[in-house]
Amino acid sequence: MTLLIRNGHVIDPANAIDEVCDVWIEDGRIAGLGEFSGTASETIDASGQYVCPGLIDMHVHLREPGQEWKEDIESGSRAAIAGGVTTFCCMPNTQPRLDHAGVLLQVIDRARQVGLCHVHPIAAVSRNLEGKELTEMRELARAGAVAFSDDGMPIWHAGVMRKALEYASSFGFMVIQHAEDLELTSGGCMNEGWMSTQLGVTGMPAEGEDSMVARDIMLARRADARYHVAHISTAGAVALVRRAQAEGLKVTAEAAPHHFSLTEEEVMHFNADAKMSPPLRTEEDRKAILEGLRDGSISVIATDHAPHHEDDKRCGLSCAAFGIVGLETMLPVSLELASNNVITMSDLIAKMTINPARLLNLDSGTLSEGRAADICIFDAEKRWTLDRSKLFSRSRNTPWHGRELTGQVTHTIKGGRVVFRNGTIHD
Amino acid sequence: MMKLQHLFGIADLDKEQIEYLLNLGESLIDVSRRPIRKAPTLRGKTIINLFFENSTRTRTSFEIAGKRLSADVINISASTSATKKGESLLDTGQTLAAMRPHVLVVRHSISGTCQFLSEYLEGTSIVNAGDGSHEHPTQILTDLLTLRQAGGYENKVITIVGDIAHSRVGRSHLLAATLMGYRVRLVAPKTLLPAEVERYGCEISHDFDAAIPGSDVLYMLRVQTERLTDNCSFPSIREYHEAYGLNRKRLAAAGKGCLVMHPGPMNRGVEIASDVADSASARILEQVEHGVAIRMAVLTALCGDTGGEG
Repeated sequence: MTLLIRNGHVIDPANAIDEVCDVWIEDGRIAGLGEFSGTASETIDASGQYVCPGLIDMHVHLREPGQEWKEDIESGSRAAIAGGVTTFCCMPNTQPRLDHAGVLLQVIDRARQVGLCHVHPIAAVSRNLEGKELTEMRELARAGAVAFSDDGMPIWHAGVMRKALEYASSFGFMVIQHAEDLELTSGGCMNEGWMSTQLGVTGMPAEGEDSMVARDIMLARRADARYHVAHISTAGAVALVRRAQAEGLKVTAEAAPHHFSLTEEEVMHFNADAKMSPPLRTEEDRKAILEGLRDGSISVIATDHAPHHEDDKRCGLSCAAFGIVGLETMLPVSLELASNNVITMSDLIAKMTINPARLLNLDSGTLSEGRAADICIFDAEKRWTLDRSKLFSRSRNTPWHGRELTGQVTHTIKGGRVVFRNGTIHD
Repeated sequence: MMKLQHLFGIADLDKEQIEYLLNLGESLIDVSRRPIRKAPTLRGKTIINLFFENSTRTRTSFEIAGKRLSADVINISASTSATKKGESLLDTGQTLAAMRPHVLVVRHSISGTCQFLSEYLEGTSIVNAGDGSHEHPTQILTDLLTLRQAGGYENKVITIVGDIAHSRVGRSHLLAATLMGYRVRLVAPKTLLPAEVERYGCEISHDFDAAIPGSDVLYMLRVQTERLTDNCSFPSIREYHEAYGLNRKRLAAAGKGCLVMHPGPMNRGVEIASDVADSASARILEQVEHGVAIRMAVLTALCGDTGGEG
């Protein structure tokens, strides 16, 4: 059984491959790249399209267990493969929290049953995400946690963060911070600035993120810890991360597509589908994130996919839930970075494949021979208009509804099996 | 005859529309001074006052305005409404809209409530009677009518003092000033000013005494005392009154021609000293009277077909 992907523009940043060639798959694994000369049992003609490792999204909120009406592991997995994502990490703010091994194992088991994606949990740093007592990180790591975070909530108190970084780094674990000083952002629902002033809503100042990142970097320095800034959104935080990296600290950051493509202007007219935490910021912040992506300070693109039911959004801006879905728009929105020459296609793909894989020690994100054949094939030129009613996610909260996007996933292959083809899921 | 579909805020009006509403309002002042305070203008119209926040003057003002123009007016306040039983804002709005009122007058603590409701409530005109810290258009129209009656607002300097950060009245005035040709001077400590407020093109001062000379109006905002001290915006009411309260001495410094206004309700002894509130310079009760006339004008413009029924 050989599956042949013929004549696509193959991008495999881990192996520095950026050329038109064939990729063939045998027994669910990458069997070779180059010019195929054998006989294939199935052929996908990828002429004019890109072929890259299946995308990795290291920041996804599944709502299972606890809020399955918003998203469950199956609907989230379907949204992922529709977006070319074959591996993702799920955040611990479910009900119950991913703060003990039992729940973690349950999620992993359910994801295996669904079988569409590789799902790796990120476990809680603190019990019940309360920011008081640490979780049993070693046990959670043995159960499958690939990193630790209280995402949704910051690890707010400096004393707890210090211990979390020291303890986690004793065993090589990475701590991912949702950097937000809750005292500065209290009651806020968008970026604080001219736009929030005009709308008369409470803002969340950039300093809420900047001060947290600055403090954390100081603590990470002392602990020699691996510290990762989730969904970086401010110019100040990007500068802090850049400086920490120059100093040689193990500090990394991810940016979400909405933060490098949209600004607080989206919230004009009280648009609740443009409400998330951290909020959309100013054009200056957006440009700083682009620069961080360009110079490598920001090594990962991750969506912060946060599904919410319409009822949680249709209640007025200040009472609407935070977050937007992102798995199905990750690739087209990010492709703007390549088409606008912010970064090369290869760098772009690296930020959604091998870079997060290396951060999290995942065995995916490349097309190396012998690896599991997780592949994304996309048409970078295809223009289409997003209709939120056609999303595979169970939730519809996206700011891109009705907008034209450029670039579309045509095939997603997981373990050699074509699980998504031209708009249809094959499970 | 001007027809408005909704009135969300000053931001949605142009100069002509504001002047039209002021003219109409001015002509309607007299209705409330006649022995028989009733005109048939809005006969057969249904108006629902939907107030999710406490309000005496604005709700009463809208109610009287509607009733004096012969509309059927229904008042719903949050304490008696279904929201207490957990019904959502949207469900409450849709339920009331299904009873087919012509106008829904809405006050809510969430900024943008009227815009939000209008997306789902087709066929019902919505008037903003105050949404969070966003806008309060009928108050500003009321103030402009009061200023017009006192000699005009053009090229005047209105000094607004107090909690600008949480003030819908402040924001609406900042928008109206640009449109109508008057100047706004804001006076507050930085803790009570919203971010980048200078972009409205207003003057900003933290020193009340320094801001008084040249002011034509001292416009005192109500201080919500719990808001002031709970979030460290000010150490005490005493110090607030000392720094930003309008007292007799400051009124004297402002000079004879300077008017005192307040959107109400007042905290005597906090933002305004009692004797100042009762002084000859105060136009506070005129504001209340003109409020009724302006709301008559707004309701008329929303219902829009007076010609046929007048």
